[in-house]
Amino acid sequence: MTGAGDNVLEVRDLSLDFGSTRGRVHALRNVSLAVPRGRIVGLVGESGSGKSTLAVASIGLLAGNAEVVGGEILFEGRDILKMSERELRAIRGRRASMIFQDPMTALNPVRSVATQMIDIQYRDPIPEREKRSRAVAMLGRVGIPDPESRIEGFPHQFSGGMRQRICIAMALLAEPALLLADEPTTALDATLEVQIIGLLRRLQQEIGCSILFVSHHLGTVAELCDDVAVMYAGEVVEHGTVREIFRQPGHPYTQALIECDPGRIPEKTRHLPTIPGEVPDSLHVPPGCIFHERCPRAYARCAEEIPREYPAAGSDAHRARCHLLDPADGGATS
Amino acid sequence: MTALLEVNDLRVRFRSMGPVRALVRGVRDPWIDAVCGVSFDIREGETVGLVGESGSGKSTLARAIDGLVAVDSGSVRFRGRELSGLARSEYTAVRREMALMFQDPAGSLSPRMTVRSLVTEPFRIHGYRERDLDAEASRLLRLVGLTDDFAGRFPHQLSGGQARRVGLARALALDPKLILADEPTAGLDVSVQGEALNLLARVQDELGVAILIITHNLNVVRHITDRMAIMYLGRFVEQGSTDDIFERPRHPYTEALLSASPQPDPDAARARVEISGEVPSLMNRPPGCEFHTRCPYARERCAIEAPAPAGASEGHEYTCHFPLDGAHPGAPGHETGR
Repeated sequence: MTGAGDNVLEVRDLSLDFGSTRGRVHALRNVSLAVPRGRIVGLVGESGSGKSTLAVASIGLLAGNAEVVGGEILFEGRDILKMSERELRAIRGRRASMIFQDPMTALNPVRSVATQMIDIQYRDPIPEREKRSRAVAMLGRVGIPDPESRIEGFPHQFSGGMRQRICIAMALLAEPALLLADEPTTALDATLEVQIIGLLRRLQQEIGCSILFVSHHLGTVAELCDDVAVMYAGEVVEHGTVREIFRQPGHPYTQALIECDPGRIPEKTRHLPTIPGEVPDSLHVPPGCIFHERCPRAYARCAEEIPREYPAAGSDAHRARCHLLDPADGGATS
Repeated sequence: MTALLEVNDLRVRFRSMGPVRALVRGVRDPWIDAVCGVSFDIREGETVGLVGESGSGKSTLARAIDGLVAVDSGSVRFRGRELSGLARSEYTAVRREMALMFQDPAGSLSPRMTVRSLVTEPFRIHGYRERDLDAEASRLLRLVGLTDDFAGRFPHQLSGGQARRVGLARALALDPKLILADEPTAGLDVSVQGEALNLLARVQDELGVAILIITHNLNVVRHITDRMAIMYLGRFVEQGSTDDIFERPRHPYTEALLSASPQPDPDAARARVEISGEVPSLMNRPPGCEFHTRCPYARERCAIEAPAPAGASEGHEYTCHFPLDGAHPGAPGHETGR
């Protein structure tokens, strides 16, 4: 296990509810996650699994109806849940920054790219000319051709891929310790997706920051990330290195999810695998393992007892919440 | 084999600026060609995939076939009948046999109608007044794997996968011969995506309906289509049998698309043909081969002369001066790659 000092971000046993008119939505339950310094951690899960909630919670950007029920979120060793809004603002955009899914709406449409990129450097006591040249240099690094003149353009004058590059440039301008990327390639075409992934990997190595990469796309996660955490219905069910997760998945959900990806089926088939059943309602969380209703290998214990984390195959850091991995349990033979 | 749908040299144009502005600016041709000289056919009961990046004109092509945008020139023949130039009212009859499934399932369902009225709306539009709509609704819902309980629900009470099933039920209502499915899996999670595709495959086996699938997801195309076409800037750059194209892509753009699809395997060999830059603007088409600005194998000739389609006789057509002959993407038989 890595010590706390090595982690840029460490979420410990976080539980979070959203208040709604229908009751309390238990959006995250006992979630733990570590983003070690200089590594790219993928957060994988299907829609509604809580991966974006976890990402925005880690820089204190939660909606007003969110309530943290327990746990802590340590950013560079300090609990952000105990920070004032002023302290949070000192972190956001400087130590931690974020890229959003939709580059079309993340930029202000009525201000030029130059204005926006100079404005976000408001903390730095340097002349505006210098801020501008830093912005131009950063645009060049993310692959905007002719940045010196293009920086005067407005967002609508750039294509989707170029806008996402601008967003990445803005996020990395402050050379943050942590970059949160929430599905940054989902809105892009395949050839651009590949370009953006290559760009993120290269800039991450140059700047040395950590990245928390949120995605539902297993292929991009396998390609970009060093470590992976798999989320299902508000819980992290498994985490480990990218090779462990994709090669020897320990949790039945991870196994099913990887099997569902049509990209890994070598033979042409007209019948694709699916995960039967539905994601449980996070208003009324069922007892026992969160996946037991859809799990092909569930047995009596799964419906009663919430599994704790057990070591799975591979290194010590590879762990999954599944009774089947409990070395003390003989009921797992079926 | 008779073709259900034959598209010949189809062209769809949009005006890029008004006539006055064009005159003032001295622009002679204020039009952009969204679809440009496309020819292909779909046989009965066949699944054809149409692949391309955003803005390549694939949705416009489907809309032109269904008469939702005007055809500029060329012909669209459906079951032997010429469709281009039909009046709007005449198209209504055609749409009984040609159904469109829209990209955004929730957005294409009226939020104020129940599932029952949504799936039986086609009967009302086309004047089938004698049908027992309740029975039809429950037949259609069963066909797409939903229970009768769903009949009374509203679209906001459906999940993404369920909304797509309702969209398919609507498309199937009048027992069409052809379904034009625009991105049938966009926005779905992998576990649900499989369900949606299995459903399409099963419905096709049961009803023998032909499907045109428009998508940018190559993994989807590989598993469920018989033939496919790749679109770039409104033109087909390659078309042929799906197996053939996946095994032996001839056009560099196809090769790049195939290798651009990230595999869920961290150790996968990444012999990637990465193409630089982005799709050029339709307002400013490159001269010669329109792909030469991004092509890793482009030579002098490509910038000057537009390649003619080749390979049509073998059923694997491509538009490239220097077609690839490598057996696998990333292993082209070119010695002059940059």
